Amino acid sequence: MTETGVIRILVFLTVVFLLVKPLGRYMARVYEGERTLLVRLVGPFERWLYRIAGVDPEADMPWQTYTIALLVFTVAGLLLLYALQRLQAVLPLNPQGMGPVDPSLAFNTATSFATNTNWQNYGGETTLSYLSQMAGLTVKDFTSAAVGMAVLMALIRGLTRRSATAIGNFWVDTVRGVLYILMPLSIAVALLLAWQGVPQTLSAYKTATLLEPASYAQPLTDASGKPVLDARGHPRTQTIKVTDQQIAVGPVASQIAIKQLGTNGGGFFNANSAHPFENPTPLSNFVELLSIILIPAAIVYTYGAMVRDTRQGWALLAAMTICFVPAAGVAVGFEQAGNPLFHSLGVDQAASALQPGGNMEGKEVRFGPIDSALWAVTTTSTSNGSVNSMHDSYTPIAGMVPMVMMHLGEIIYGGAGTGMYDMVALVIVAAFVAGLMVGRTPEYLGKKLEAFEMKMATIVVLVMPAIVLVGTALAAATAAGRAGVSNPGPHGFSELLYAFTSMGNNNGSAFAGLNGNTPFYNDIGAVVMWLGRFWEIVPVLAIAGSLGAKKIVPPSAGTLPTHTVLFVLWLVAVIVILGALSFLPVLALGPIVEQLLLAAGTTFK
Amino acid sequence: MSVKIEAPAHAAARGARLWRTAIRDSFLRLDPRQQVRNPVMFVVEIGSGLTTILFVQALAGRGEAPAPFIGSVAVWLWFTVVFANFAEALAEGRGKAQAEALRHARRTIQARRLVRPERGAHAESVPSTALRKGDVVLVQAGEAIPADGEVIEGIASVDESAVTGESAPVIRESGGDRSAVTGSTVVLSDWLVIRVTANPGEGFIDRMIALIEGARRQKTPNEIALNILLVGFTILFLLVCATLYPYSVFSVGVAGRGTPVTITVLAALLVCLIPTTIGGLLSAIGIAGMDRMIKRNVIALSGRAVEAAGDVDVLLLDKTGTITLGNRQAVEFIPIDGVNVRDLVETAQLASLADETPEGRSIVVLAKEQYALRGRTVGSGPEEAPRGATFVPFSAQTRMSGVDLDGQVIRKGAAAAIVEHVRGLGGRIPDGLAPAVDRISRSGGTPLVVARNEAVLGVIYLKDIVKGGIKERFQQLRRIGIRTVMITGDNPLTAAAIAAEAGVDDFLAQATPEDKLRLIREYQSGGRLVAMTGDGTNDAPALAQADVAVAMNTGTQPAREAANMIDLDSNPTKLIEVVEIGKQLLMTRGALTTFSIANDVAKYFAIIPAAFATTYPALSALNFMRLSTPDNAITAAVIFNALIIIALVPLSLRGVRYRPAGAGEVLRNNLLLYGVGGVIAPFVGIKLIDVILVALGLR
Repeated sequence: MTETGVIRILVFLTVVFLLVKPLGRYMARVYEGERTLLVRLVGPFERWLYRIAGVDPEADMPWQTYTIALLVFTVAGLLLLYALQRLQAVLPLNPQGMGPVDPSLAFNTATSFATNTNWQNYGGETTLSYLSQMAGLTVKDFTSAAVGMAVLMALIRGLTRRSATAIGNFWVDTVRGVLYILMPLSIAVALLLAWQGVPQTLSAYKTATLLEPASYAQPLTDASGKPVLDARGHPRTQTIKVTDQQIAVGPVASQIAIKQLGTNGGGFFNANSAHPFENPTPLSNFVELLSIILIPAAIVYTYGAMVRDTRQGWALLAAMTICFVPAAGVAVGFEQAGNPLFHSLGVDQAASALQPGGNMEGKEVRFGPIDSALWAVTTTSTSNGSVNSMHDSYTPIAGMVPMVMMHLGEIIYGGAGTGMYDMVALVIVAAFVAGLMVGRTPEYLGKKLEAFEMKMATIVVLVMPAIVLVGTALAAATAAGRAGVSNPGPHGFSELLYAFTSMGNNNGSAFAGLNGNTPFYNDIGAVVMWLGRFWEIVPVLAIAGSLGAKKIVPPSAGTLPTHTVLFVLWLVAVIVILGALSFLPVLALGPIVEQLLLAAGTTFK
Repeated sequence: MSVKIEAPAHAAARGARLWRTAIRDSFLRLDPRQQVRNPVMFVVEIGSGLTTILFVQALAGRGEAPAPFIGSVAVWLWFTVVFANFAEALAEGRGKAQAEALRHARRTIQARRLVRPERGAHAESVPSTALRKGDVVLVQAGEAIPADGEVIEGIASVDESAVTGESAPVIRESGGDRSAVTGSTVVLSDWLVIRVTANPGEGFIDRMIALIEGARRQKTPNEIALNILLVGFTILFLLVCATLYPYSVFSVGVAGRGTPVTITVLAALLVCLIPTTIGGLLSAIGIAGMDRMIKRNVIALSGRAVEAAGDVDVLLLDKTGTITLGNRQAVEFIPIDGVNVRDLVETAQLASLADETPEGRSIVVLAKEQYALRGRTVGSGPEEAPRGATFVPFSAQTRMSGVDLDGQVIRKGAAAAIVEHVRGLGGRIPDGLAPAVDRISRSGGTPLVVARNEAVLGVIYLKDIVKGGIKERFQQLRRIGIRTVMITGDNPLTAAAIAAEAGVDDFLAQATPEDKLRLIREYQSGGRLVAMTGDGTNDAPALAQADVAVAMNTGTQPAREAANMIDLDSNPTKLIEVVEIGKQLLMTRGALTTFSIANDVAKYFAIIPAAFATTYPALSALNFMRLSTPDNAITAAVIFNALIIIALVPLSLRGVRYRPAGAGEVLRNNLLLYGVGGVIAPFVGIKLIDVILVALGLR
């Protein structure tokens, strides 16, 4: 890694850490119902919302009610999004006249956005109307993120309340997350992006006349679709000359802001944040990169503030950072080192004043290997999944890092809310074993960890590896699954693994090589995304309910402190070992062996 | 336990028998119906069965791998199960031997059942098995008590060695705190009329036998929680190994070489990964914890109680007997207003010569030791009372005792009583008395004022003697986060002084049973777990409320029933050891869980390169241990996995080393030893086994 690489990572993290406390404290105030400036402005609107929806904002819900409200809300949103896509042809705001989305794809997309995954088997600019993008996807971007944060709030209440039967009000938590946190941040980021050149318009796509017309050869086909052959058996072609180009635009800035802030990741365009209209400049790139990690990192402070012990928050933030820094270092390092086989071909891959150097395949020249690899690690360590480069083209180890970040459970900052509650599940497992080791019934924040919590925490921790492994196995074992693979050798296996890792973790980023828009991937993918989201949320809420009903044991010298360096290191060890034990074999068959073979000069055709 | 007393030769023979039984049992437990109770080891057994079938298939010439390889994996997988069973059988066997001794003590006796609950009533002879709760029996000298019961008439000395191992007889009498008797103990002198309190098979000894044998052993809450985590790991690794097959097939396809991973290797990998070390030893650890209690002569009535002992936050300790020696002792004579100290000492000694209370004796002893006063040498002994003396014993009305001798009226007693007495005789109270009395009270002592006729001579300082070493003990407890609360009937001033001297965190003075109960509830509502000891009937409500309640075996039946542990030695300090055993039990489980999972890292590096050696030879870069061949690598990992269980049996029976320290320090030590050690040990072990396999030229 070059010095620039090191500095870039450090500057990025410094800015993140400067924002953690102010934003984290603000979010705590919002969720605790304290008066902020915004409450005075938006409060009447919030109360009006509850009134027309017939919601009693004072009603405290037991965990079961909370869960049901959450599921009903999500399913209703999913069906609405499905309907919107299917009916977009007859609905307004469709200047390009997009037809209805294929049922299987519409189902996959609806599930994908309802679960905060934003896995995209469609190309935005070629499939969806502006209405679908705005009223469908963008709305889901807001709500799914707010739901994730709401679950964390319920969990925090479970941890802090004593002998309580309820864990808060789902509607209030969700509405507050949208109105007071996601909305203002999104407006700010959208304005910044629009300033940097991201379009925000409802007009139709533009047509530009090419300065240099291009031409290409297209094979001729007969009426039955078979290629027409010439006398020598070669397919006959026809030369097509291209003189103009359609330029896709739309209400982009508003969607990009929330896709980054809400750890959603679903781009307006197919190329996501690699597209110049989604991410035109290095400055927009920095703003978007920061937006990915802003809420996940700040919410850790919120957690500490709300459990009335900010040290707990800082300790977890430290554990996350301990995992993040080496991962970013490895990815940036390997990408800057470039492809070892190119060296023997005499290709200059060294960074210099004239070129960024390193592995530039699948990367934008605006960003180069450092900003691309840093983005790749950030987008997968959180549950974002937007991309500004093609992960498929990374060197094997650098491409493995995003997978590892997801395999750890997307808790290295993690998704908005989701990362933190998954982290708490891991903390529960770590505190359980450590608690036994100090000779007491394990407890965390004064709450005893007993059979029920262990059952639920075990489900939260194990369900992700289970669906990723089984999903990948299903794809590897079936012809339909193998059909999507576009690369030979172990890299093809990495593509399968990446796809299910991303969907199972509700990340949504893609190892671009895989062709995912087939019934197999659409349907299995939807199931995987659904399980990955709700087999974690429901047990987490169950933990919240069960912990809330318990007393709080006052700390003593015999209590295991969970804010110390020792506990942080232990937690990191638990995270890494759990991840390694679940995924070392698959990684060995994918990126690890690929890198070893690459080093040995073996390639696959 | 009576089994404590036995000859070495006998013990050796018993040890050998124990091992033989354990070995036999560890094979008998292979029965799947029994094995299924331990899910982790059940998975291993399925793996063993599967590889055995594959071995047979290989012998028939259609094997997926060379028969010797499959065979050795199969054999070691079976060993893994057997070793785990052995650990459990050995732990249970130790208890069984003890239960055997108890069962020996329990036998059917002919009992004399009385038709009316009085000694003279008509008695009929019935076997002890026919006795029911509420029956009344008469037991005479030399006879065994037929069932648990309560003495309703009589007083007798009873040999309880069958239960406690203590050969000195104890006194049992009606009323008071010494009325409970245990079946199968023997009346040595006199007679007792006993009301039976337990039906046959439900008595104390029966419960002890059942507990020790583990017949009624239920999984404790922490054990259940840990088991869930272990089952979770097992399911995860099951999926990891099962999905490895399609991955392997896919990889063979894309790499265009090699053969898919064999079922044998997957079974070996699975068994190596799932937490067999802790899974195999978990129940042995629990049984051994109860066993350690029994060794210290504490009978825990449930495993839950042993576990809860580790969680205790607050210890309620009776002052008398636990914190202090139980009796006050004279430590100083303080003359008032110019009285000669010798005069005071002589008078005090005279007043105490006939006083048989420990306090009175300590006055005589102090006089002898400090002032070399040997009483009046009238009579036969040196401390014999002078002739012509009339002793006045202590009474609750006068609150004084003393002697009338040669016309002198000598009295000692509580300050208020003596003041009244002296005033009654027309004497005046010297000005120096009040400060002296105050000083003693404030420092936790009891002042005894001595008066001769109408003159106050001085004060005797009676002090509660705090047990040696108890302060350090409390410091240790504080370090591990346990609060100690002293319970006493003393006034707050005295209590505060003793509390300060003993170093307890808090005290409850002038405590009534209701106060104790309220205090326990208060702590519990704050989320704390409370432990206490007690023996009297009035302790029973508090014992029932406490989370860990240790009753003294000498205590009353209600106290013993309310408690969840019984201390056969009736030593109140035992509570501290009970807490330590509870902690050690949990620590052992936590440490071995960490060790078990940490082991997996090395096993991966042994097995993964070996499993895919034919498809991707490049993966041998992960073979850090440079293991000789793929087959040897897998076999070595499986052998290590089996042997580590046996190697850790002693640790799981003994428990990890316990040292009182703060939670952070304990965690650091255990993590270094069992976490870091758990990562490193298998690298060394597997390499070593591989070297041996090569040296033996097995393959």
